[in-house]
Amino acid sequence: MRINPIDWFPVLLSLKVALIAVCAVTCLGLPFARIMARNSFWGKDIVESVITLPLVLPPSVIGYGLLLIIGKNGLLGSILSHMGVSIVFTWWAAVLAAAVVAFPLMYQSARAAFSSVDENYENAARTLGASELRIFFTITLPLAKPGIVAGLVLSFARAMGEFGATLMVAGNIPGQTQTIPLAIYFAVEAGDNRTAKILVTVITLFSFLVIYWVNRWSKKQK
Amino acid sequence: MLEAEFTKKLWHFDLEIAFKAEGNILVLWGPSGSGKTTVLHCLAGLKSPSGGVVKLNERILYSHEERVNVPTRARNAGYLFQDYALFPHLTVKQNVLYGLKCNKLKCPSTDIKEMLNTFGIGHLNNRFPSQLSGGEKQRVALARALAVRPNYLLLDEPFSALDKSIKKILRSELKKVHRKWQIPFILVTHDEEDASYLGDIIISIDKGRSREIITNNAQAE
Repeated sequence: MRINPIDWFPVLLSLKVALIAVCAVTCLGLPFARIMARNSFWGKDIVESVITLPLVLPPSVIGYGLLLIIGKNGLLGSILSHMGVSIVFTWWAAVLAAAVVAFPLMYQSARAAFSSVDENYENAARTLGASELRIFFTITLPLAKPGIVAGLVLSFARAMGEFGATLMVAGNIPGQTQTIPLAIYFAVEAGDNRTAKILVTVITLFSFLVIYWVNRWSKKQK
Repeated sequence: MLEAEFTKKLWHFDLEIAFKAEGNILVLWGPSGSGKTTVLHCLAGLKSPSGGVVKLNERILYSHEERVNVPTRARNAGYLFQDYALFPHLTVKQNVLYGLKCNKLKCPSTDIKEMLNTFGIGHLNNRFPSQLSGGEKQRVALARALAVRPNYLLLDEPFSALDKSIKKILRSELKKVHRKWQIPFILVTHDEEDASYLGDIIISIDKGRSREIITNNAQAE
């Protein structure tokens, strides 16, 4: 009996997609969370609700919404297709889907972390002549670190596990857009239990190790 | 000389204050909730007054009419916060040097050592704020505020977190520090004893009104 070698592509793709999505979410989410934590303006509650929406909406709704934006006739999609670029059904669409669903988790954690930093530390730095940028990097960010790391882990996990929206915007193209969750679903559907079991084991073990490490790390911080 | 004459609308009342402080200790004395800390915030530029003028040696720091409001980082105001606000993730030495780095001031390491020693914190160099006693924290905070050579020093209830015994020592130390630096000290306290011991000028404020001015001549003797 010959055992077919298992395709490891979904594992590598999932890691790649989740890493890029988390980087994007961090770069956008941290400054945004900082602004929202310290400023109040008209319509702030509306903005916050909109940001949190992807957390509660069904993934199919997000997928459809993304198609409306980046699809061929979509707002962004039509501009991009003029330039000869199409994101839909490429792994970049998977990155986008993962980033959209992971963003609220990063934002919520970072916002709570920034709000918990005593404003007097920032004020003290101001009286010592520090610029706002310097205060952010030398005072606010280090003091908010535990909460931000929690946000990183949560959003990474969410990005890794993204299924519904990814399927709608990136499709299930083996060797191109097939991430672990998609590979598991279609392996089970095709009766390929061996592949499904291996991938399930991989993602469970990986998630366990990440959470274990973060818990250990946050205990050490105290 | 620090000159201030401004108003600030607060929730329950309007704050009105006017004073001149040359190289002396000016005490703002009043019950909690009387708006004392707000006065310090306005002087430091952390909050904006609703109207009036703040001047330092003819340099306008705030003027409602001329629409001037110098940001905190450019005022060079020392500020001793009520709970000291020492950066918890930095060591004593890093705390004290923080302001020097922001202002790109070079300070030879022998000077730093000497400064830490004058404040009696030389041996605490590598400790973190959570490992310090209340009195030590205050010394570190004072060293940090004065390290940038401020034009004036604002002190918010500097002794409220301390035991009575250590408080008396630090009070006289503060007086010595002031004599050495000769810059205006604006000190906020609710404690009558602190006010009369330290104040060259005492302004009592309550519900935003600065009611009376006592000029203490004990210093002149």
